[in-house]
Amino acid sequence: MEESLVEESESGNACTDEAAPALIAVHPTESSVVVAVGSELRVFDLKEDCAVSPVDDLGGPHHSASIRAISFSFDGELFVSAGDDKIVKIWKTGSWNCIHTIQSEKRVSAVSISQDSGYVTFADKFGVVWIMSLKEDRDTKAVPILGHYCSIITSMKFSPDGRFIATADRDHKIRITVFPRNALKGAHEIQSFCLGHTDFVSCLTFVCTQDQSKGFLLSGGGDLTVRLWDYSNGTLLYTCALGNEAGILEASEIEENNKTAVTDICASSNGSLIAVAVQSYNGVMLLSCDFSARTLSCVKKVPMEKSYIPTSLALVSSKEHLWTVMGASNLSSSDLSNNKEQLLTRVRIVSFIQKDFSDACSRDPVLLEDSQVPGGEKLLMQLQGSLDAATQEAAFAAAAAAVRTSLQNMMIKKQYSVERRELRKRNRNDKKIKS
Amino acid sequence: MSSARLPRKRFYRARAHSNPLSDSHFPVPNCPSEVDYSFHYPYFFPKDAPPAPKPKVRFADVGCGFGGMLVSLSPLFPDTLMIGMELRDKAFLLLLFLSLSLSLFINYAEYFISFTRSAHQVTEYVKDRIQGLRATNPGQYNNISVVRTNSMKYIPNYFEKGQLLKMFFLFPDPHFKEKNHRRRVVSVQLLDEYAYVMEVGGIIYTVTDVEELGDWMKSCLEKHPLFEAVGEEEIKKDPVVKLLTSATEEGQKVARNEGQTFMAIYRRVASKED
Ligand SMILES: C[S@@+](CC[C@H](N)C(=O)[O-])C[C@H]1O[C@@H](n2cnc3c(N)ncnc32)[C@H](O)[C@@H]1O
Repeated sequence: MEESLVEESESGNACTDEAAPALIAVHPTESSVVVAVGSELRVFDLKEDCAVSPVDDLGGPHHSASIRAISFSFDGELFVSAGDDKIVKIWKTGSWNCIHTIQSEKRVSAVSISQDSGYVTFADKFGVVWIMSLKEDRDTKAVPILGHYCSIITSMKFSPDGRFIATADRDHKIRITVFPRNALKGAHEIQSFCLGHTDFVSCLTFVCTQDQSKGFLLSGGGDLTVRLWDYSNGTLLYTCALGNEAGILEASEIEENNKTAVTDICASSNGSLIAVAVQSYNGVMLLSCDFSARTLSCVKKVPMEKSYIPTSLALVSSKEHLWTVMGASNLSSSDLSNNKEQLLTRVRIVSFIQKDFSDACSRDPVLLEDSQVPGGEKLLMQLQGSLDAATQEAAFAAAAAAVRTSLQNMMIKKQYSVERRELRKRNRNDKKIKS
Repeated sequence: MSSARLPRKRFYRARAHSNPLSDSHFPVPNCPSEVDYSFHYPYFFPKDAPPAPKPKVRFADVGCGFGGMLVSLSPLFPDTLMIGMELRDKAFLLLLFLSLSLSLFINYAEYFISFTRSAHQVTEYVKDRIQGLRATNPGQYNNISVVRTNSMKYIPNYFEKGQLLKMFFLFPDPHFKEKNHRRRVVSVQLLDEYAYVMEVGGIIYTVTDVEELGDWMKSCLEKHPLFEAVGEEEIKKDPVVKLLTSATEEGQKVARNEGQTFMAIYRRVASKED
């Protein structure tokens, strides 16, 4: 009985039809924006000011289930998408043509492209990270390079200098691994573990000092904290608890089934601006990092309309805009009541453009109205799928609840009641005392 | 005479196979600095000691079972702290017997009762074993202890980088079926973590009576860039080696049946990356 229960949770079947959060990614020079919701990739080219449909001239399969992870390469030339359909697709961002389709054995929970664009790495539902070379035109076999034993990897990022790969999991762990020259032989040398989160880790992002002499890692998670790490040795430098700032009840007052978590974090590369999405906050929280004092502080909250709980954030280094998306796939029809749109999404953009660039912290962020967004209606039409998303508050509230439940289901291991555990123990005859 | 006699273990039989993937109900420390080792080794952490560098655990016996290896190693390295890691509660027999000898019985007993409903039987067993050990070895076994944990998931929660000098994997569960190979406690991926917690020069000892598992462990170590085989000569001289097959309950069972054993002994070496 025990074994079968475990196998069940391992293969993650329980998650098949769970709501998947909408994701957003922005090209490093803000020349294009991508929203992924369900199996759809919605691309908008800001340079050409037009919607783009990604194509696969090689005839590979299109995504057929929820996309769980997307990312641009550091130079913006490539884009990767992957998820529940167990395929990883690499796209050329010039033409939005798919150049590789990789078959994974399991569902994919995180993806990343190495700093030099030489490799793609993807993490499967068994906690194994696989790698494939992008240096050849043809698809080669993906090989495993490291593993988080029997855990789910929630986030995977390369350090900006390309030397390390950071992986976070639902067991509170962040692993920093040396990314070797010959990566296809595996990444065996662990630089550090960043341990301190008291619940699952959901998101990671690297930041570094202005002169790039020293890098740091930021993480957020189910313990409702954002943490600053010296990842070279795993030292926890600062913990920023968001409970109070977010206007959330004390931990003890939060009902067990109503837990809230940090779901996404993004930062300008020098750490002067950090944006955080929290499941119970309708808006984003802006933090800033002081490298010399090694602290984080909450600078500002940017509230948005009721029920707009961003599911994903994106920021480019020039940090003129913070892109946010809210949405979910696989909403049951009861969640949507009288709404036929299955892949409801809403995009909101915070602008930081200001005359005074001297002091990052004093810049006043402005939440752009739909009429003010770059790309205008055309962009909203493409990324949201409709223009009246703003009016669907009830549907968004349902989406927020669904995304929250699915995250909890994925992150929280099955907890059996004391009675159930006792029953199981009693039924195990090998423990019975023979007298 | 009855006090020195070991109680019959069949009263305390644990399950034949344990599934390391199954999620647990034991407490897990968030990071190594959170583990209170003074609780495990009070003799080495006197209350009035200066806050000088604290001694660190140097040996780990992974899947220690009833802890026979630790009991044998303890007098050989009396100044070295050693810990056993065991998934099943049988190891808590050892924990209890240690705590008894250290007069910490009350603390541990409460801790233990939360894990088992047969605490009474266990304490009886432990009392017997303690009295036996105390009668013959006064003042010993202060340097060994055990934690109940899933070593396949929580090694980095217990040890810092480069902390361990020796790691033991003695007669680990074979998990024969191919689809269960990933439950094996020695694998290339888990060796990454073992390499991380081991000091360069530290030694990993593995032994099994299952030939196929022996080949598997050896090939994992052979493939791993951070481990290198220890030479024959050195193995012959190492006093620990003969304990691998004689000290533990499992080893003794194999020896009684005159079964074959397969060892793989490897050294942690520095990375050749730079
Ligand atoms: C066959 S016994 C050998 C015990 C002991 N080393 C001996 O030689 O007598 C294997 C032991 O490993 C333990 N074990 C298996 N998986 C484990 C894990 N993931 N973490 C800790 N212990 C584990 C089992 O509970 C069992 O006691």
